Amino acid sequence: MMELFGIALTTLALFVSFGFMVGVLFGFFGMGGSFLVTPALLVMGYPARVAVGSGMAFVFGTAVIATLKHHDLGQVDYKLGGLMIVGTTAGIEVGSILVYRLEELGLASGVIGVTYVGLLGVIGLFVTRNALKSDGDSSGGGHHDAADGEIDPDDIPDIAKKIQSHRVPPMMTIAGGIQVSLWMILGVAFATGLLSGFLGVGGGFIRMPAMFYLIGVPVPVAVGTDLFEIVFSGGFGSFTYGLNGGVDLSIVAPLLAGSALGARIGSASTNIVDEGDIKVYFGLMLLGGSIAVAFQQAGDYLAIEAFNTVGFALILLSAFMVSGAVIYSTITTMRAQARTATPSAD
Amino acid sequence: MIDFAGSSPAVQAGALVGAVLLEAIVLYVGYGALERVAMPVIEKVKHA
Repeated sequence: MMELFGIALTTLALFVSFGFMVGVLFGFFGMGGSFLVTPALLVMGYPARVAVGSGMAFVFGTAVIATLKHHDLGQVDYKLGGLMIVGTTAGIEVGSILVYRLEELGLASGVIGVTYVGLLGVIGLFVTRNALKSDGDSSGGGHHDAADGEIDPDDIPDIAKKIQSHRVPPMMTIAGGIQVSLWMILGVAFATGLLSGFLGVGGGFIRMPAMFYLIGVPVPVAVGTDLFEIVFSGGFGSFTYGLNGGVDLSIVAPLLAGSALGARIGSASTNIVDEGDIKVYFGLMLLGGSIAVAFQQAGDYLAIEAFNTVGFALILLSAFMVSGAVIYSTITTMRAQARTATPSAD
Repeated sequence: MIDFAGSSPAVQAGALVGAVLLEAIVLYVGYGALERVAMPVIEKVKHA
């Protein structure tokens, strides 16, 4: 079999294609790396240490690329990102202590699995329901070209308005001209860090909706800022796993080559595709993930290997369908824009 | 080529993170250049 850099060409092609798909999702949603790559590497027979470490290094590289792209689009709030890093780091520490305690009691696997399924399911349902509701009563969408401008009060969810109404000083101004209490930002960051430390995941799927719904950050800025934060957490995680030989560059490099292109397309799409569509895709992917993890948990509990395979196939299928939908939406929106463009447009 | 095999684990891990960071930046710049070349062609085809 032909080889390049010690890997079979078919495996190389598989890694590049898989990286592309993950890159689209990562650039578009600011999440989806670790919960797709690590299980895939485990199924391919890599040891857990290498699967997690290489997955982490891949997430780090993809986050760097996607953050640079979002930076170019003016969709990263560095002040908010810096504060979120502080709160999240503290939360992750407390979350991991909780896991060690549960491990001592022999309850860690079950509790974490059930929390994962419940959380993904609840957030997925909430996001999908909200997106479908706002899709019905909105007057036509609106793209994300005003990330730094004042956002329409109608775009701020009621829950965020209620939270923002508690003005505990010091107050600070974030993207979109929104005034939020510093304690609120640190509180949200701590809570999301706690969950990501507890669940052992990057946490983008928790942080991104939390920034939007609880703080009121516009979706593209929430995605960009979340990615900025993942650069730091992913870099630190890669270093930690690298210390124990858990990062395999022959896995990371081809995955990254594919994801770099995908992340560019995904990040650029957030500026083209309707915001309501973004939320529907996000919600559906979380729901797919929730069902998949439920299958894997049931497979572990009942010792049925087929359930694990079904779970993994579901994750791949939902990721494939959602990344395909993102690209399809982007192309159809661009074509519609081209059709409606006046001859005087440049 | 710099040999990190005899270095401490921290240096090796740092080099790995540096390598991934470098690849990410090279890919970002490379694909960016490709995009700048390809976009005018795509626009031309779109408006043809």
